[in-house]
Amino acid sequence: MYDAGKVIIGLIVFLVLITFPTWYNVATGKATYVPELEKAVRGDHCVADTTYMKAKHMDLLNQWRDMVVRQDKRIYVAADGTKYNMSLSGTCLDCHADKTKFCDRCHAYMDVNPYCWECHIDPKEYK
Amino acid sequence: MIEKALHGDKRYWTWVTFLILVMGVGVLAYLKQFNEGLGVTGMSRDVTWGLYIAQFTFMVGVAASAVMVVLPYYLHNFKEFGRITILGEFLAIASVIMCMTFIFVDMGQPFRIVNVFIYATPHSMMFWDTIALGGYLVLNILISRVTLDAERKSIAPPGWIKPFIILSIPWAISIHTVTAFLYAGLAARPFWMTAILAPRFLASAFASGPALLILVCLLIRRLTGFDAGEKAINKLAVIVTYAMSINVFFVLMEVFTAVYSSMPEHTSHFEYLFFGLNGKNALVPWMWASEILAALTLILLLNPKTRRRTNTLAVACVAVFASIWIDKGMGMVVTGFIPNPLGQVMEYTPTFIEILITLGVYAMGILIVTGLYKVALSVKKTQHPEAWKRSVGTDLEQVEA
Amino acid sequence: MCVDRRKFLQLAGLTALGVAAQPIRLLGQEDSLPADTSLIGREEHPLTAKRWAMAIDLRKCLKDEGCNDCVVACNKTHNIPQFGNRKDEVKWIWKEHFESAFVDQENDFVEETVKHSNLPLFCNHCDNPPCVRVCPTQATWKREEDGIVMMDWHRCIGCRYCMAACPYGSRSFNWRNPRPFIEKINPDFPTRMRGVVEKCTFCQKRLSEGLLPACVVACKEKAMIFGDLEDPESDVRKLLQERFSIRRKPVLGTQPEIYYLV
Repeated sequence: MYDAGKVIIGLIVFLVLITFPTWYNVATGKATYVPELEKAVRGDHCVADTTYMKAKHMDLLNQWRDMVVRQDKRIYVAADGTKYNMSLSGTCLDCHADKTKFCDRCHAYMDVNPYCWECHIDPKEYK
Repeated sequence: MIEKALHGDKRYWTWVTFLILVMGVGVLAYLKQFNEGLGVTGMSRDVTWGLYIAQFTFMVGVAASAVMVVLPYYLHNFKEFGRITILGEFLAIASVIMCMTFIFVDMGQPFRIVNVFIYATPHSMMFWDTIALGGYLVLNILISRVTLDAERKSIAPPGWIKPFIILSIPWAISIHTVTAFLYAGLAARPFWMTAILAPRFLASAFASGPALLILVCLLIRRLTGFDAGEKAINKLAVIVTYAMSINVFFVLMEVFTAVYSSMPEHTSHFEYLFFGLNGKNALVPWMWASEILAALTLILLLNPKTRRRTNTLAVACVAVFASIWIDKGMGMVVTGFIPNPLGQVMEYTPTFIEILITLGVYAMGILIVTGLYKVALSVKKTQHPEAWKRSVGTDLEQVEA
Repeated sequence: MCVDRRKFLQLAGLTALGVAAQPIRLLGQEDSLPADTSLIGREEHPLTAKRWAMAIDLRKCLKDEGCNDCVVACNKTHNIPQFGNRKDEVKWIWKEHFESAFVDQENDFVEETVKHSNLPLFCNHCDNPPCVRVCPTQATWKREEDGIVMMDWHRCIGCRYCMAACPYGSRSFNWRNPRPFIEKINPDFPTRMRGVVEKCTFCQKRLSEGLLPACVVACKEKAMIFGDLEDPESDVRKLLQERFSIRRKPVLGTQPEIYYLV
């Protein structure tokens, strides 16, 4: 290989730079940070169990969206038999009243910017 | 072969830098539009399609016009087009990419474009338009790559490419037909709902596209010494003549049916275009200019002496391109909305941001053409030295890869 | 290993394409909800019909020329933004001059009260809607169960093809973010975002909750009669049998479901 020394040093520098976020966070202890979510103001369980909701709440919301908008079906029957209205503002935010202390905490940490709120109204702001 | 586009003389790089700068300005303007919404354009509740869609419609025509060099060469063995089929195909590639970009900048939610494919809707002409344009782009990339590669290696192209080339001929017709179908099926817009719209689109495409190709070939001859050949240029000029004559005939047909029927839903649009309606007459000078230019082109093209002389041919081609650009790129789309379905006249003027974005897209297209032509001409330089004029002052060595 | 630059680039490109195309595997593979989806149902007491239609009794409507109650009610209920200029305006229902509403009449000698009148216009919820035919994503579609031409603002790509196809000018586009331009937000109905088309939905949400459309309820003269045309006993059907009605641009074959009783 021509210029083997330069190439290998260059590769090492590249690897160090590209893995910067990972090793920097571990080194400064930021890797242990976990966002703190406020508990719901109402009720003791969600429309589905926490493990499911943590991983798949977007899936649930997407299917709710299609049922409500495209099939005009609004009543969801959870696994335990409770009936809920399939509504982000009306049901989800009824219990998780302050989205800045719930939804936004994880979203900000993960740098996820769902645009639900451009249309769906946060009841806290407009009651 | 792409690396051939990365070597060039000072002239080449100055031109490329200029195009990139225009593109950059276009991107910045688009960011403003993306952040604030399409309200920064001149479009309104009444005129919902404007400059972007009009340019899309015009460039689909230029893209389809590649068939006018492909068909004679591959179906009829017209060898004289051998030097320029690749130029036509590369122009088609750049045009289709411009079309797709114009659509992208016009959409209210551009990142939802995948919805058109996930929720495919066969009864919508827009769905078929995306299929047709996408397929045409793939076809042209494949064909141009394989044929140019074969030329570079001094061998004949592989036999399996022939069916694709033949397919590209009806496909080219179909892209502009389906674009015409977008307009021609709408009962709400009597200005567009005419059976002659697709034939008109094709005729104007086959006039403006080859006219552009002639101008580009003349320019290349001046800049690099590559000669497309007298016979090829003359044949292209004949094609432009026939197509422009048919186009003018079609326009007159439209005017006749509208005016003679004296149905207000038809006459009102032509009245707006040529005389103004309710005091609104922004397009009137443009339309008359377009018709005068069209008449000029017929005078210059129908006369063999002026058609064969390079300088008069160049003037005629510029006039063809300008006349059809005004007709399709300014008059056709916007006038479908004026007057609106309630008979009201709301005019449309593109805004500064809109024009900057449009220029940026055009700069991108011209950049693609520049790069691709550099590649093509570099290959031809080594393979076909007889095509190059040894004119004084042309730095031919710089063109080589 | 003899890979030249060209082959390397081709291989790298194909690999990148393959990696980028992975999300395609997830298409159509929606995870099922952690519940019995067959139990998902409608609200308890919705208003239903086979074919919703509306008759507007112009004799009653034109009693008060300056009345805008239907427009105000719709705007409040659905968070319609007020941009204040003709270019950007969003309107689901509005009052329009008779000559513009019925532009194909071309009649100079219309009866005086009607001739100078302003009447409410909105989406006709056509039986044969051209807007539905052209939408490339089915973001607007005609509901089979009751004939309402609906909007899905999650799916709309903002191409505005439906606006070009509508012969009645019923549709509006959000040229800008509407939120700052809404006078008073009604938290019971979402706003829309910039870049999507919107129009009257026959108050589909209210109907599913058992309520009549907002404009119908707001009209103080009770000039807007809303009902099921497939039901021979409905008010709208009976009224259409007693009184002569006109529809906008019937010759286009759209079969509009808004009938104006002259």
